[in-house]
Amino acid sequence: MLPKEIEQTIEAATRRYPQRRGACIEALQIVQRHHSWVSDDDLKELARLLQMTTDELDGVATFYNLIFRKPVGTHVILLCNSISCWIMGYERLREQVTARLGIAFGETSADGRFTLLPNVCLGACDHAPAMMVDEDLYGDVSPATLDPILHQYGCAGTPGKGDGERTTADHEHQAR
Amino acid sequence: MGNERPLTMNIRPGEPPPDLKGYERAGGYTAVRKALRDMTPKGVTALVKDSNLRGRGGAGFPTGLKWSFVPMGEEAPRPKYFIANADEMEPGTFKDRLLLEGNPHQLIEGMIVGSYAIEAEVAYIFLRWEYREAERLLTKAIAEAYAGGYLGRNILGSDYHLELHVHISAGRYMCGEETGLLNALEGKRATPRYKPPHPVISGLWGKPTVVNNVETLCNIPHIVNNGVEWFKGLSDTRDSGTKLYGVSGRVRRPGVWELPMGTTIGALLEEHAGGMRDGFRFHGLLPGGASTDFLTEAHLNVKMDFESVSKAGSRMGTGTMIILDDRTCPVGFVGNLEAFFAQESCGWCTPCREGLPWTAKILQALEEGSGQAGDLERLALHTKFLGPGLTFCPLAPGAMEPLGSALKYFREDFERHIRERRCPWR
Repeated sequence: MLPKEIEQTIEAATRRYPQRRGACIEALQIVQRHHSWVSDDDLKELARLLQMTTDELDGVATFYNLIFRKPVGTHVILLCNSISCWIMGYERLREQVTARLGIAFGETSADGRFTLLPNVCLGACDHAPAMMVDEDLYGDVSPATLDPILHQYGCAGTPGKGDGERTTADHEHQAR
Repeated sequence: MGNERPLTMNIRPGEPPPDLKGYERAGGYTAVRKALRDMTPKGVTALVKDSNLRGRGGAGFPTGLKWSFVPMGEEAPRPKYFIANADEMEPGTFKDRLLLEGNPHQLIEGMIVGSYAIEAEVAYIFLRWEYREAERLLTKAIAEAYAGGYLGRNILGSDYHLELHVHISAGRYMCGEETGLLNALEGKRATPRYKPPHPVISGLWGKPTVVNNVETLCNIPHIVNNGVEWFKGLSDTRDSGTKLYGVSGRVRRPGVWELPMGTTIGALLEEHAGGMRDGFRFHGLLPGGASTDFLTEAHLNVKMDFESVSKAGSRMGTGTMIILDDRTCPVGFVGNLEAFFAQESCGWCTPCREGLPWTAKILQALEEGSGQAGDLERLALHTKFLGPGLTFCPLAPGAMEPLGSALKYFREDFERHIRERRCPWR
């Protein structure tokens, strides 16, 4: 069962659309904000709320890359792999990220802390290469700045920035 | 040539955008007042038509003309919908982000005026999820606009009502295509729809719907306030207004600037982006995003407007250029683009679903040194089979634009990959 407050938020979302199913992408995101991904049970529950069949809703959920139908880590990294970032060093950045986290695209680190995903153009091409961690955008990511960024989110074995280092708590986000 | 920068004059990068009070102090919402008090909806549409404003999302369709197709009056189906396409996802494009984060009230005002022009009752901003800051700022600005009487029932004491909502999308490039966007808003997969009927006749939930790009809409308040002649005078060419141009790649100062429409490619590259970085030479460029044809050194004097870029054999697209330098492999460059398009194909029609992965695989093989004789001919064949008129929507034809032009301008580079059985850049 979905908690009452989630149901209420979804109910409010349905009022912004003339048909209940119009809110389904928003509803999937609401569930994901609370549970970090959309499980089969959540999907069934949502479909009932939105008066859709489970298969209909799953057809929508699996179309959109930012709806997660598998569990993800505490932090989700979206690495831009589109053209401007590719020119500006995406491949080197990908190698460094995968080496640090010990995972490939689509995987979650063994400690459950990070999920790494490729993403199309983040619209930050003047600061390529770019990436997002949870809801935070990082631009001009270089070999030197990547480790301190990962460190902020608790990546073991990455050096912080030294004195100016921000604590992990500053950047703890509720998992999407 | 005008020196005015209406779209960005109240944007201070690094500072928060103007709140309602600040926006009003700078002359904000006078266009809503003027339109609702002094103009009929058809009058607003006629004004925008006369201004010759063309869509800034990539296709360049005349905005006023689009609005004029919407059924009006008592007999028109209702509710009618007005949508801002803020799904900016064309690779290499980062101009709408500036407008969304820099001055959200300007977009809201443009949407209110546009909605009034087509007598829409409901408006949506279709925003990509990744624009988190924009969502936060838009939500705040919309609440201020409701509180200020610019949205909701009886706007500014008139008998016009408008509800404005933000729809947060969940990824996929197809959402940027207007009929794919409509399906996404209805809570479906973002596959494109057959046209006709066009959305202006039968769009969201089968009702008349206008979809306009963010930058397009940000022009509307200024056109209403300052008139058609002023708007035409901003430009350095036959297309009216200013344009948000961007440059990315290995240039000294990548960025986005509002400049007179018709600023030349060379001026953007040299004066605004500061030229190439030390140690890199210019080799070519895509003028307006991933789905535009390459241009080369021979085109540096081309004006960046719809007509001039089209005459040069490409499209202005979104007006945000991507620079190919001499140390970046053109085959790898195009391979990255085709991998993107193959991934983002919605799979609805066969040429796109099957053809794009095929082109991406051939390009990858060339990069890895396993290209074969005949590969370039196979790629050229795809640019025909996936071309305009043979696919359900413009995604695949757009994907073929950089490929076809790369085969033309960088043919020797492609051939070297086959001859030397390796990528000469690696």
